[in-house]
Amino acid sequence: MELLLNGFEHFGRYLLLLRRSFTGLLRFRLYWNLWTYESIQMGRDSLFLVAIISFFVGAVTTVQTAYQIVSPFIPKSTIGAIVSTSAILELAPTITSLVLAGRIGSNIASQIGSMRVSEQIDALEVMGINSATYLILPRLFGALVFFPILVIYSCVIVHVGGILAGALTSTVNPTQFGVGARSFFEDFQVVFMLIKAVTFGFIISTVSAYQGYYVRGGALEVGAASTRAVVVSCLMILVADYVLAQLLL
Amino acid sequence: MSSLRVEGLAKWFGRQQVLYDISFACEPGKVNMIIGPSGCGKTVLLKCIVGLIQPDRGKVFFGDLEFLSAKPQDRQAILRNLGMLFQSSALFDSMTVGENVAFPLRVFTRQSEKQIQDRVAYCLERVGLAGTQDKYPAQLSGGMKRRVGLARAIALNPQYLFCDEPNSGLDPLTARRIDALIRELTQEFGTTTLVVTHDLKSVVDMGEKILFLYEGRAEWQGTREELLGAVETMPPNLQAFLRASGLVEPSKAGKP
Repeated sequence: MELLLNGFEHFGRYLLLLRRSFTGLLRFRLYWNLWTYESIQMGRDSLFLVAIISFFVGAVTTVQTAYQIVSPFIPKSTIGAIVSTSAILELAPTITSLVLAGRIGSNIASQIGSMRVSEQIDALEVMGINSATYLILPRLFGALVFFPILVIYSCVIVHVGGILAGALTSTVNPTQFGVGARSFFEDFQVVFMLIKAVTFGFIISTVSAYQGYYVRGGALEVGAASTRAVVVSCLMILVADYVLAQLLL
Repeated sequence: MSSLRVEGLAKWFGRQQVLYDISFACEPGKVNMIIGPSGCGKTVLLKCIVGLIQPDRGKVFFGDLEFLSAKPQDRQAILRNLGMLFQSSALFDSMTVGENVAFPLRVFTRQSEKQIQDRVAYCLERVGLAGTQDKYPAQLSGGMKRRVGLARAIALNPQYLFCDEPNSGLDPLTARRIDALIRELTQEFGTTTLVVTHDLKSVVDMGEKILFLYEGRAEWQGTREELLGAVETMPPNLQAFLRASGLVEPSKAGKP
């Protein structure tokens, strides 16, 4: 019961913080500079990690799918269809977001948490600046813009990994992979992938900001908040993943 | 000159009351000080005054305007007339010294970049840190950080200056330098300054009106001369505090 009440209290504070982060906007230029800085940090610094993970996810999915298709009556192109559909619907948005929850989520929570314990947030408030708006909004919009881009990028690399692995292990050649990928493709799958990317970007940026914003104490608590940000973001991503699949597919 | 008045301020943290109906008025254009031993509620009181902590009872008047119940736009107007030096300096560590001092100017004024840079250079020169614009806070000593914090606090020419333990953790020489700087800036800009400290040497250096807090209660208030003069007439806790500081002779201060 206490756990439930605690959960409600956190959810209420989270919603209040979100509402507060959309009020008291200052001049646009200030947020523009912060947004570009945050976006570059989120986007550029995640490219390599996302590429490596997506490549191997694509490669492993191809090899494992090929391993499971033992019947000679199933065309090889089916491997391409399964890998491609999985990549678009699940692997690219969800795996990428789970990885980014670790990288970006912990970064946001520790940045804001450090600012809290070193009184930098108090300094903003005393200047008459809404610290929630100043700290959360640029990160939120950075995530909303860059998550879809990173997910599209990841999706492409999953395909590259799949095609290369198929070719190297001689399980499916690039032409067969391409035929399979195209045969089951629907435009809505991409829309669904982008909806997931935006939702997960929103969850990671706001949940992590919430964890950092309400840190009390010192360095240990900042570290704990950073860990909590990753754990809660991952859980929320998985829940949202199921809800979106149930609602939209 | 800008007046600052506190009436009946009280604060609880859970069931523990940390401030008991504090009332006092600051001397406009002077250095006012809140003194007391560690944990007596000085910083909580200061944070209640500037709105960082919501008190459970009481009023804070900046001029004629009651701050705590003011409309958001009136609150903003007051806050923009207020500079604060934090105990930890609270410099934005992702920004250079120059960017830190320029920050309030960029947010709240429509000055050109040249005007902002001129003002930054002036403020830094005023605190004895000319030419440090490109350094990051991590490259500065504790004393330098406090001075940058002061430069940022005065960048917008505030009417009120608040300093939370401005010289704690600093060597005596640097501490006296910070005190002198606060006194000079108060005189130069005509700010109403409120300093929270447990360092009685700071009181000697710059205090003009003093409030003594003990366990969340305002036990005494008066001028520096009164504080250092008629020690025998002071409350026992203040006498003990003065005696422990070594600023008054033990014979002058009774036992608590």
